Amino acid sequence: MIAFENVGFNYGGGELLSDVTLRLAPGSFHFLTGPSGAGKSTFLKLAYAELRPTAGRVTIFDRDARMMSRDDVALSRRRIGVVHQDCQFLDHLPLATNVTLPLTVASRKGDAQDLTALLDWVGLGKLADALPPQLSGGERQRAALARAIIMSPDVILADEPTGNLDWEMSLRLLTLLVELSRMGKTILVATHDMNLIRQAKSQLAARVLRIQNRRVQLAGADL
Amino acid sequence: MKFTLPALLAPDRQADRVVPPSGFTAQLTLFTAGAMAFLAVFALALSLASGRLADRWASALAGTATIRISAPPEQLDTQVAAVLALLSTTPGIASARALDTEEQRALLEPWFGPDLPVDALPLPRLIELTEAAPGYDSQGLRLRLSAEAPGAVLDDHTRWRRPMAQAAERLRLLGALSLILIAGSTAAMITLAANAALSANLPVIRVLRLVGAKDAYIVRAFVRRFTLRALTGAAIGTVIAMIGIALLPQADEAGAFLTGLGFQGFGWLLPLLLPPLTAIVAFAATRTAAFRTLKGLT
Repeated sequence: MIAFENVGFNYGGGELLSDVTLRLAPGSFHFLTGPSGAGKSTFLKLAYAELRPTAGRVTIFDRDARMMSRDDVALSRRRIGVVHQDCQFLDHLPLATNVTLPLTVASRKGDAQDLTALLDWVGLGKLADALPPQLSGGERQRAALARAIIMSPDVILADEPTGNLDWEMSLRLLTLLVELSRMGKTILVATHDMNLIRQAKSQLAARVLRIQNRRVQLAGADL
Repeated sequence: MKFTLPALLAPDRQADRVVPPSGFTAQLTLFTAGAMAFLAVFALALSLASGRLADRWASALAGTATIRISAPPEQLDTQVAAVLALLSTTPGIASARALDTEEQRALLEPWFGPDLPVDALPLPRLIELTEAAPGYDSQGLRLRLSAEAPGAVLDDHTRWRRPMAQAAERLRLLGALSLILIAGSTAAMITLAANAALSANLPVIRVLRLVGAKDAYIVRAFVRRFTLRALTGAAIGTVIAMIGIALLPQADEAGAFLTGLGFQGFGWLLPLLLPPLTAIVAFAATRTAAFRTLKGLT
């Protein structure tokens, strides 16, 4: 799916990631941890080609990210669902339209029943006509998840998806991610919430990666 | 996705909706396109009117000149014959003929009435000559006339029209230059409005890129909106200006310049080209601005 080979990234003010080699296998579930500013978001951005590596090679669906045109990147993002901590929406459009936005830009028709089922699944069935500014933090995160998976992507990347949520809402979101993993989706969640990781590991075999000293390492048994 | 003008003008409700309505830039584009089209119609009318004036004066240059022969009555016919013979051998003169008594009476009638006894008056004889391209050497002709017919005076009264014809020609060029400047200003204003709209909507663009929108899809949403606004504004400005020109007083017999400002015949169709041309300018300006903005985003 997505592979990093000796990847380095330099923002210009020093190297943030160095010699990162990793492969996200189909159906795998990974957590990415590390202190704030360690490079978790950068790692994710490299994984969906928002950033290009300054060293090494990132391969997305067997394509070298550096060789991808802007249209290639757009097409690859239709197979990668992304959820941010501070998820953005088109505030002038209702929730249902926002959730179906990936279908719209891909000129694909969505099934109204499927949309209703999806919104029910994330617990937003009654808010289909609400505008994004009217949603709470937890509702926005679940809406972002619904938008990320409506195209049935192969990979889901989530950057601190529970950062703004209380524990109960975090567990609810985790449950959704676990269900998606059981459907065969490849999932990578960047988080520093160790409780969340422990909770997930109790439900499925998740690998935990830690960014330390600019490198990504497999975390030990201290979790 | 095709990105041609016809494809752009085809309605796409979904693509139109992704960009939030932006009142300020919408009004700015509409007003700018309308005002510029209004000015362009007048510049076009000025250019066409100047062109007609230049043509009229230029053709007058190729018209007739007059030789006036004043001499004692017994020498008059001799000098007329001498001048006509001289003119027949002068390069640049197509034809020359002496005006008869009736023609001279007709010339004087507006001032002295129909009963003027022309035969009894010591009037000079007039010879009308027509120039041939590239014209004759007036200075040389004057010298030859003074030698052959001392009473003959060349009155090339049309010469004063040459600088006026040149001025009219320059006025026509200024009109054309104004049209080019108006087109440039329109492009600049629409580019500014498009840039403002793009900057204001950067979060929207980022969301669209994140969910897999290609550049052409995003650009289309903006370009279509600005092109249609410019087309609408220009159409309104053009119609108002054409009505204004149609209501100008008609040209009188003297052909005064200001009353001649307007369109004639098929000329009325020319302003109708302005709205589509404005739309093309808006299309190109917004498309360039949008792709430049997107290039800076991943």
